[in-house]
Amino acid sequence: MTTPNAIEIAGLTKRYGTLTAVDHITFEVWRGELFGLIGPDGAGKTTLFRLLTTLLDPDEGRATVDGLDIVTQYREIRKRVGYMPGRFSLYPDLSVAENLEFFAALFGVKVEANYDLIAPIYRQIEPFRKRRAGKLSGGMKQKLALCCALIHRPSVLFLDEPTTGVDAVSRGEFWDMLFNLKRQGISILVSTPYMDEACRCDRIALCDNGHLLGIDTPAGIVAQFDEPLYALSGSDMYGLLLEARRADGVKECYPFGASHHLVVAEGFDAEAFERQLRQRGFKAVTVEPVQAGIEDVFMKLMQR
Amino acid sequence: MSGFLHFVKKETLHILRDRRTMLIVLLMPVVQVLLFGFAISTEVNNIEFFAVAPHRTEAVRQQIERMNANPYFSFKGYIDQKRIDRVLRSGQAAAVVVFADDYDRLVEGAAVGAIDEAAVQFVVDASNPNNAGTDLIYLQQAFLGDGSVTAGSAPAVRILYNPQMKSSYNFVPGIMGLIFILICAMMTSVSIVREKESGTMEVLLVSPVRPIWIISAKMIPYFLLSCLALATILLLAHYVLGVPMSGSMVGLVGLSLLYLVLSLALGLFISTVSHTQVVAILVSGMLLMLPVIMLSGMLFPVENMPGILRALSCVIPARWYIEAVRKLMIGGQPFVAVWQESAILLAMTVVLVVVALKKFNDKLES
Repeated sequence: MTTPNAIEIAGLTKRYGTLTAVDHITFEVWRGELFGLIGPDGAGKTTLFRLLTTLLDPDEGRATVDGLDIVTQYREIRKRVGYMPGRFSLYPDLSVAENLEFFAALFGVKVEANYDLIAPIYRQIEPFRKRRAGKLSGGMKQKLALCCALIHRPSVLFLDEPTTGVDAVSRGEFWDMLFNLKRQGISILVSTPYMDEACRCDRIALCDNGHLLGIDTPAGIVAQFDEPLYALSGSDMYGLLLEARRADGVKECYPFGASHHLVVAEGFDAEAFERQLRQRGFKAVTVEPVQAGIEDVFMKLMQR
Repeated sequence: MSGFLHFVKKETLHILRDRRTMLIVLLMPVVQVLLFGFAISTEVNNIEFFAVAPHRTEAVRQQIERMNANPYFSFKGYIDQKRIDRVLRSGQAAAVVVFADDYDRLVEGAAVGAIDEAAVQFVVDASNPNNAGTDLIYLQQAFLGDGSVTAGSAPAVRILYNPQMKSSYNFVPGIMGLIFILICAMMTSVSIVREKESGTMEVLLVSPVRPIWIISAKMIPYFLLSCLALATILLLAHYVLGVPMSGSMVGLVGLSLLYLVLSLALGLFISTVSHTQVVAILVSGMLLMLPVIMLSGMLFPVENMPGILRALSCVIPARWYIEAVRKLMIGGQPFVAVWQESAILLAMTVVLVVVALKKFNDKLES
């Protein structure tokens, strides 16, 4: 291949004292790909971002971003990547326009030069250009932060939990924007704790406790779940959880939004189980087969 | 270069938007100079005294009149030798001047150098030793003219440079030493640490700009603000407090600018060792302010300190700065007189800048 992958990671490890935040992780992000890093808090996502954005040096292993080594060529990498850290990292006392101008100056470009790239996003916050960034809503803050991370037309974009603390509508809009950026050839590595957002990535990596549990397309990840799955709901949800965990034929039961998901053994009779629960005094009990989602795969992989 | 100006502009905006802090920075020098200059004063005005004079000769009366005309003294009357203790104890007066029996003869004799004996005795209430010391010096000054204290038993004293012992003179250099540390070191360290705390430092680091440029841009507005404070203090000191400023003005300003750079480097250093704004404030407060106030000679003379504290005071930049400013501002000395202090300050600045830059990491510390 003539052009290197956007990101290549081989055996990357970072330790904090006795804690290994990133433990021998290996994967690559292809050029022009929207790659999702999915995992709970403390999975090591932020540490991985800091390693790749050259803010930290790894203890073991190596990685390249845009074909450049993160340890030896870190200055060059800093010119080419856009980075949006997890927390709001703009200046709350500067206005929207002042923030954008400052970040343009930081990368030695003029706002006008790359305006076409940010225009679809910036147009939405432009009416508030004189407002202090600290007074924007959560969704608008994220949009401004994205504009600031894009103003120098980076080749690789790092977004660490960009939608945490943002309402559902703004989250949807935000992912639409990422999709547009991807079409313009920008490779994107994005992390999120929200499983529903994972489906919008080209490929995802599930991670927990510094390890990778699996890498595949969202559909491929879901396909890994090959056991029958049922959703259980009723009026006494906690009682049902305890009861289901004791029942024969139920391998696993965990809360999943408004219902509980049951992973069951071969020959499980849903109707019989429902009847049995009613007899024990549970009210409005339903047991229905459901399609497995990414979160179900995640739970299964974490069990191993 | 235009990028650098952008950074300076951004930093200036931060300061301008934070009105309250800016107001404090601008008003602090004015308030401190006026406060220390007028309100808090170790000067003694209006020393009330009685006189004991067995023979009220013409010479004695003239001496008393002369003192009474002096705003620093007020004559309460003649008393008997036996009442000295009572008037001092009851606080009716701070001092009693006892004229010798043969005052006229002793003074005349002293004038021609024939007699070597004290013609007057000062009895001073020393329940407040600071005041007593000042009273005594004033009294001695008052008697200088008539030759009665030139005698061997009471050595002639002449106070140079600050003959009225105005305490405001003494405080001005101290305030300068303190305020610049506050503005430069504390404010810059807090502003750098704020970027770390809010996460913007991460974004700044992941950019082509070397952090040192961002840091320098941060310091420029604070440097200018300090220059404004310097001008305010010098003008107030000269025109309101009447500090003479008879020494080398170029030297004074140059030395102050050097001290500003040193304080900025200190601020940068503090920012590298602290992770939160609170820590930065505490470190500048405990490590800078307290030693500056206690050990720099601003309040307590360095010479009176126990050896270990005196040694400690040598590493406090403010001590050298204050000493040099005192020489230039009040002593009226040329710049060459403070070459030693200047050299020490310069060396400290170089060391601090080098250490701070070495410590300042362009990665996140792990």
